[in-house]
Amino acid sequence: MSAAGSGLVRRIGRISLIAWAVFGFVFLFTPIVVTVIYSFNEPAGKYNYVWNRFSLAAWQDPFKYSELTDALIFSLKVAFVVTLLATILGTLMGMAMVKYRFRAKGLLGAVIVLPLTMPEVVMGFSLLTLFVTLNWSRGFLTIVIAQVMFSVSYVATTVRARIRGFDWRLEEAAADLGAGPLRTFGRITLPLIAPGVVAAAMLTFALSLDDFIITYLNSGLENTFPIEIWNLKRSRVPAQINVFSTSLLVISVLMALLVIWQGRRRQRSLDGAASGPAPA
Amino acid sequence: MPVHRLVEGFTRGEKPEGPEGNVVTQSTMSQSTPGASGLDPQQPVIEIDHVTKSFGEFVAVDDAHFSIGQGEFFSMLGPSGCGKTTTLRMIAGFEQPTSGAIRLDGVDVSRVPPNKRDVNTVFQQYALFPHMNVYDNVAFGPRSRKATKDEIARRVPELLDIVRLGDFAARRPAQLSGGQQQRVALARALVNLPKALLLDEPLGALDLKLRHAMQFELKRIQREVGITFVYVTHDQEEALTMSDRIAVMSEGKVEQIGTPTEIYDSPASVFVAGFIGQANLWPASVTGRSGATADITALGASLKGRCQSENLRPGTDAVLMVRPERITISTNHPGPTTQGVRGTVVDLTFQGPIVRLVLHAGDDTPIIANIDPDHDLPMLRPGDTVWAAWDATAASVLPASPDQPLTATDVVDEG
Ligand SMILES: Nc1ncnc2c1ncn2[C@@H]1O[C@H](COP(=O)(O)OP(=O)(O)O)[C@@H](O)[C@H]1O
Ligand SMILES: [Mg+2]
Repeated sequence: MSAAGSGLVRRIGRISLIAWAVFGFVFLFTPIVVTVIYSFNEPAGKYNYVWNRFSLAAWQDPFKYSELTDALIFSLKVAFVVTLLATILGTLMGMAMVKYRFRAKGLLGAVIVLPLTMPEVVMGFSLLTLFVTLNWSRGFLTIVIAQVMFSVSYVATTVRARIRGFDWRLEEAAADLGAGPLRTFGRITLPLIAPGVVAAAMLTFALSLDDFIITYLNSGLENTFPIEIWNLKRSRVPAQINVFSTSLLVISVLMALLVIWQGRRRQRSLDGAASGPAPA
Repeated sequence: MPVHRLVEGFTRGEKPEGPEGNVVTQSTMSQSTPGASGLDPQQPVIEIDHVTKSFGEFVAVDDAHFSIGQGEFFSMLGPSGCGKTTTLRMIAGFEQPTSGAIRLDGVDVSRVPPNKRDVNTVFQQYALFPHMNVYDNVAFGPRSRKATKDEIARRVPELLDIVRLGDFAARRPAQLSGGQQQRVALARALVNLPKALLLDEPLGALDLKLRHAMQFELKRIQREVGITFVYVTHDQEEALTMSDRIAVMSEGKVEQIGTPTEIYDSPASVFVAGFIGQANLWPASVTGRSGATADITALGASLKGRCQSENLRPGTDAVLMVRPERITISTNHPGPTTQGVRGTVVDLTFQGPIVRLVLHAGDDTPIIANIDPDHDLPMLRPGDTVWAAWDATAASVLPASPDQPLTATDVVDEG
């Protein structure tokens, strides 16, 4: 093949790659954009499915439907507790898996990703069966248990990936200087693995707010935000749903940006680039 | 019983002994630096009492038994994997001895966790806290030990001054050069004023020039603070220049403990002789003994040497060791008072301050001599016949070692 020919092929390749990437982004963001736009819609009937006309009504009265508001508050409570528990548990698990050698380590590594790969329906039903067998009434507690169960896997795998390169001798150095285990963890280990832990916590929070199947199966009479939307669907879909969704979206994007920005700043200071090259 | 212990007993027999047998000897004191003048041989800071450490089947440290005196600069020297770091980590508390005891100021600390031991470590790659600036790194120790605010505010800058980093307190470790990081590690470990400072190859990551500068720095700092230093290195030159005493280790065993001069001039084993400096090591057999002098045959001649082991009886195999710089070359017979053999010049290499001369003795055993380039000999050429001579006191007779068989060319090079 001639040089010009192969150059052409390469150019076509590049253009089509860009085209596919653009298509991918459009595909990814269209539903989100639609959600945001429809929060400014004044639906003609009870269903906010068809564009009628621009209105700020839903934004001016976001808490109009109390069952929707209550569900959102309930979801935020669940997410908060789940994030706290799953982050603590998962971080300790992830650390143990990197730091120590033990007999079942390989097995544990395989088992811990199971909840990530298992169909949600299976997990949801297994838990439901368990709770029914134990004769536990379903509600806040069972939702939290169910969500912590799958979130722990995410946290443990995220933290594990982030602390692979952690220098454990820093812990020895701290102990050597007289710090007990708690001080060593609080002052040395935790600050250094914090980016991984924060990322895992944010992921957990989002997963908790978002989860439907497992939560639905184990929620009893309680309604989380996604369940409430599902319930409402039969009678009415108000634009307030879009308002809440848009708000959550904006908050999570801002938080993600904050984490990224913090991470960059911190990396710069760890690398010493902030004040120029190190003097000889 | 291992040979090295007998040898120690033997060489030490001529000197005043401490209570433990190998506590700081008189010769250490006379050699020691001004900062170590408060050295009290009766009161060892660290006692390693028959300590063995196994990892599964593998014995990393085998029955180590020695003690380290107040204010001493004590080195553990040996090739990689001989158990130096493991010994140091047992003193620091990161590993527990499988058997034996470790005492600090007479108190058994074998089962005391590192944060409750009054020793501090300078780690091999420094292990500075990357998210803290220099000041906070150094202040971490006193803060952990619940020192008062005033004390911290006084001691941290003091230590930063000692390591000459006063202007760098606000920097992060990543903003410092390797040598500066090294000083931070030093200040951080010294600020608690530990009973002993443990240093694991602290200069290993630095380039040669900086390493030499830091050797002086370390000695200066040790004199200034007067704290016992336990220094691990595989660099024999470093150990020889810095130490009050050296423990030479090999495969988990302590081969010899002594001052640099003792170890260099009177190595207890073939391993020590070969590991430290350059050495001619010639197969020999003992023909007689008179006190500390052994009569031997080696290089096809009847010779004498200082006997380094009680085990050397007439008829036993031995090794004759002479340092290349102790050999003089002459064209005439050196006279009856010195030791000497005839040899044929094989090779001559100019090496800056010395000329390295390789001879072959009558039985083709190589003899290496380092001679002054200004020697007043006629021009030597390969094939010339000369006399290689040395003082009987420069010759050591060592027990033959089955682990270290000598080959015809067994001359160990420096570095
Ligand atoms: N935690 C451990 N588990 C198993 N073997 C070890 C461990 N630590 C050290 N060793 C082994 O012990 C021997 C001595 O190691 P080390 O004390 O680090 O030697 P050095 O510091 O003299 O190079 C080496 O062979 C090393 O592989
Ligand atoms: Mg080592």
